[in-house]
Formats: sequence, structure tokens, C-alpha cells
Amino acid sequence: MELMELPHIESPEDRVLPKPLKAEARSLSFSYGSRPALRNLSIPIAEYKITALIGPSGCGKSTFLRCFNRMHDLYPGTCYEGEILLYPDGRNILAREVDPIEVRMRLAMVFQKPNPFPKSVYENVAYGLKVRGVMDRRILDEKIEQALRSAALWEEVKDRLSAQATSLSGGQQQRLCMARALAIDPELLLLDEPTSALDPIATANIEELLLDLKRRVTILIVTHNMQQAARVSDWTAFMYLGELVEFGLTKQLFTNPSRKQTEDYITGRFG
Amino acid sequence: MNKSLAAVREVIRISEPVIAEATVRRRTQHRREQVIESGLFLAAMMSVAATVAILTVLLWESLGFFQAVSLTDFLTDTLWTPLFDDAHYGILPLLAGTMVTSLVGLLVAIPVGTVSAIYLSEFASSRLRELIKPVLELLGAVPTVVYGYFALLVVTPALQKLWPDLPGFNMLGPGIVIGIMILPLVISLSEDAMRAVPMVLREGSYATGATRLQTAWRVVVPAATSGLVAAHVLGVSRAVGETMVVAIAAGQNPNLTWNPMEPAATITAYIVQVALGDLPHGSIGYQSIFAAGFVLAAMTFTFNMLGHVMRKRFREVY
Repeated sequence: MELMELPHIESPEDRVLPKPLKAEARSLSFSYGSRPALRNLSIPIAEYKITALIGPSGCGKSTFLRCFNRMHDLYPGTCYEGEILLYPDGRNILAREVDPIEVRMRLAMVFQKPNPFPKSVYENVAYGLKVRGVMDRRILDEKIEQALRSAALWEEVKDRLSAQATSLSGGQQQRLCMARALAIDPELLLLDEPTSALDPIATANIEELLLDLKRRVTILIVTHNMQQAARVSDWTAFMYLGELVEFGLTKQLFTNPSRKQTEDYITGRFG
Repeated sequence: MNKSLAAVREVIRISEPVIAEATVRRRTQHRREQVIESGLFLAAMMSVAATVAILTVLLWESLGFFQAVSLTDFLTDTLWTPLFDDAHYGILPLLAGTMVTSLVGLLVAIPVGTVSAIYLSEFASSRLRELIKPVLELLGAVPTVVYGYFALLVVTPALQKLWPDLPGFNMLGPGIVIGIMILPLVISLSEDAMRAVPMVLREGSYATGATRLQTAWRVVVPAATSGLVAAHVLGVSRAVGETMVVAIAAGQNPNLTWNPMEPAATITAYIVQVALGDLPHGSIGYQSIFAAGFVLAAMTFTFNMLGHVMRKRFREVY
């Protein structure tokens, strides 16, 4: 609590900002009914980079992530304020007149717990394409192999594409979800603690995958694992109690944080 | 050291009678709890005993029946006339009646029920759901006799406007009404099955850009399949065992036909009809109700078991 009483230090003006941008949150606030969850967040998302969101549980990092694909629209009584601009067109995807399905067509998401559909491996990866009306078997086959290769799963499942997805191991299931997300060629990939349910080896696999993927897709990842953020991300945002405490280059933020609160968190003094 | 030991001894000496008293109290308490426990056990055993007793009586009286009638005749004869001078004991006409009315009922209840359940679980706002569910429960609370007259006096005349040749007693009208009657059961079990599908699966689907309909149809329904099948199987069991509607509105004439436009008797309707008459105790006609009842019980029992096994399975999927 003593942390909260620290005088607000203006972030130094010499801090670097990413460029070019894939997306940008501008004074974004969000509330579940009357309970505010995010307050006045402005975070840029650099194109073809990995941006990590860190912070103690309940700080709103997942809530922030889920604003990008309007996941909160599924539940009644939620309310967005402010903007999230998606580039290159710079459209505010939170605007009332924007169809959330149209937004979700451009993004993909991988969840905390692997959530493969109760279908075959093949059908899981094909799902997004079929939803978009792709029915041509040849295109599907090709896309699915590509996605499974990108998710480093192809070699393990190529002989059992018709097996139930739930018969795969946890790590394989999560990579399957990754393949499902990649199959639709998203512009922005949202990852909500994708390795929290996985063992260290499966986690290492996914991290390696992310570093490989960022050449083709912009990634926004929520993680409670600071080492992971330090290992994979280019930019890091540290959030606390629904507010942004510090945003900066990952290297800088972890070696030379400009805020005392950030330093305390990354050195493990709280959180 | 010695002093404290003495103190401990003193404490023990004083507390001994207290402990003894507590032990006595504990013993009476124990005895009382045992009595209550066995009372509870007996109450629970009542239903088991009733089931066993019913099955035993059915089996016993059926055995008497099968001493007089061969099993082959029972299963292959196409006439059911146990009360005529020229008695025939073929269960087929009754079985056909039961199957036709149930099938008509299911043709109504399965599509309407499944679609309603999908709507309630995936589309309806919570306010609308709170409005519809009590109405459905009301539908389930209407006495079956009322449904029977509804079939005879409303549905059949309405159908006769479409098909003027339709007899006043037929299997189509009561079949449709059976369908309406089992709707609440089918809907609420199907809805339960779909609501049990974890939200993360829906979120996964929406996140790929799927619409509500795509999510409901391609993710939720497949994930809830075994629960939905269980709901339908339990619906079948109810339809097969339904009595009043068919006894009132389907005619009570055993008639081997698969045409729902004709009158016929079902197993249940036959039992009602004969059980009301004054049959001599122990006669073959009297025993025939038990044989028919046994077939019916075997059918509903099978469907119930099947339904419950599948219901259990869908809970273990996720």
C-alpha cells in the first residue's frame, strides 16, 4: 500500500516509442457493470513485435487483451470507453457501429487453458476457415498443413489428423489452438497466458514458436511469468490495479525501470 | 517436577467422573443416532423395495401367462384378442400402436425441443429465459387426462379439416399431443446439456470470428451431443409409457398397422381398458395385462438406463 503513496513521477520524455504500430489503445477504460477494471490505458502495439503485458493477478491484463477482440461483448453489462485503433486503416474497433465479428475476423486468440473443440485435429484447424466460407478441400488441406507446421505440431499429428483433438497431450492441444489461430492468417495474435497450464518443456516449445512467428504476425501476450516476458517480448507494459504503470522496451524495463513500482514487481518484492 | 506430576494426577482424579458421565451420554446419543439412521435407511429402501416388488409381481404373473401361451405365439401372432372366444395373444399389434404413437410424438418433440433448447441456451436473453422456463414447467404440470381430451376434441378435429377421411380415433392426433407433452422434459434436459458446455469453448469459437449460429451449431451442439441424445432417449421412454392420451384418443382396438391415420391400441391403452373391466382373478386375460406390462416395463427401463448412461457420459467429457 505504501507503494501507492509514492509521488507520481512523470515518465522521462526520452523514453522510446515503438514504430510502426499495428494497434494502439488510447485512453481505454473498461468496466464490468459498475466495477471499473481498466482506467485510462494508452498502450501502443508495435507491428511484427511481441508486446508483453505483465502485472500481478487481477491487474486487468487479461481484461485489456480481451478488449481487442471484443470478447467482453459476449457478456451483458460491460462497457468500453476510449479507443483501440487497429492499423493500417486506423479504425476504432470499439466504436459502436463496428461489428465485433468483423473485428474478430482480423485477430486470433489463444486462451489460458487449451480449448480444442470436440472435433478432429483437422476440423479444429479448419474451423476458422470454414467459418469464413472456405470449403475447397485442396485449399483447406494446404492451409491446415501450413498452420500445423507453423505451430510446430505437424510432425506429431500428420498421421492422425482425424483423431479427436482431446486425445492429444496438453502441450499438443495448446499448439493445436495456436494452429487454429494461425490458420486464418490473423493480423494480430492475442495470447492470454498461453503457457500457464503447460509443463516447462511444452512452455519452451511455445516460446520458441513465438519468436519464430513474429516475423509474420504481431503478437500481444499476457503473462504472469516475468522471465517469459523478458525472454520473448520486445516491448513490455506493466499494469497494476487496472492502470498502466510503465511501458517500454523490454530490455530497458527489466534492467532499468523508471518507476519504483515496476522495480519492486520485477525484483519480486510484491505481486 | 514431582509437584507438577502431582498436579496432573489431581486433574485426572477430578475429571474422571466428568469423563465417565460424558461416556454414558455419548452411548445414549450413539444409540439414538443408530435408531434414526436405520429409520432413514428404511425410508431409502422403500423405493428399492417397491421397484423389486413391482418387477417380481410382473414377472410372476407373466410366468403364469407364458405357461398357457407360447413365447413364439406371443411374439409372432398378429392378433391380440385375449378376451374373445377365439383368443390370440400376439403382442405385435399393441407394440406397433405404441411405436407409431411414440414415433409421431418424437417427430414433434425432437426437432421442436432441440431447436427450442438451442434458442434458450445460446440466443435468448436471460430475461426471456426466465420468462419461458416457468411456462414450460406449467406445460409439464398439465394432467395427462387433459392432454387426452385435448387430443380427442381439439387436435383430431383440426387434423380432420386437413384430411376429412381421418377417423375420430387415430394415432396421429394423440402422437402429436404426446410430442407436446414430452417437450418440457426434452427442452430442459437438452438445455442443461448445452449449458454444461464450458464457456471457453464458445469463446474459442467467437474468437475465430464465428457468429452465434455457427458457434451454437458447430461447437455447442457437437460438444453436448451425448447429453442431447440422453434427453431424447428419456423423452422416448416417456412417450412409450404414456397412457392417458392414447387410451382416450387413439381408439382401443388392437390393430396391426403402421399407418398413424388409423385407430389402434397401445400396450398402455390395453392395460387400462382391461384393468377397468371385471376379469376373473387368475384368468388368462387377467394375466395378459402383466405380460403386456412386463414388455412395457422392459422397454422403458432400457430407454431410461440408456439415457442415464449417456447423461453421465456427457458430464465426464470436459
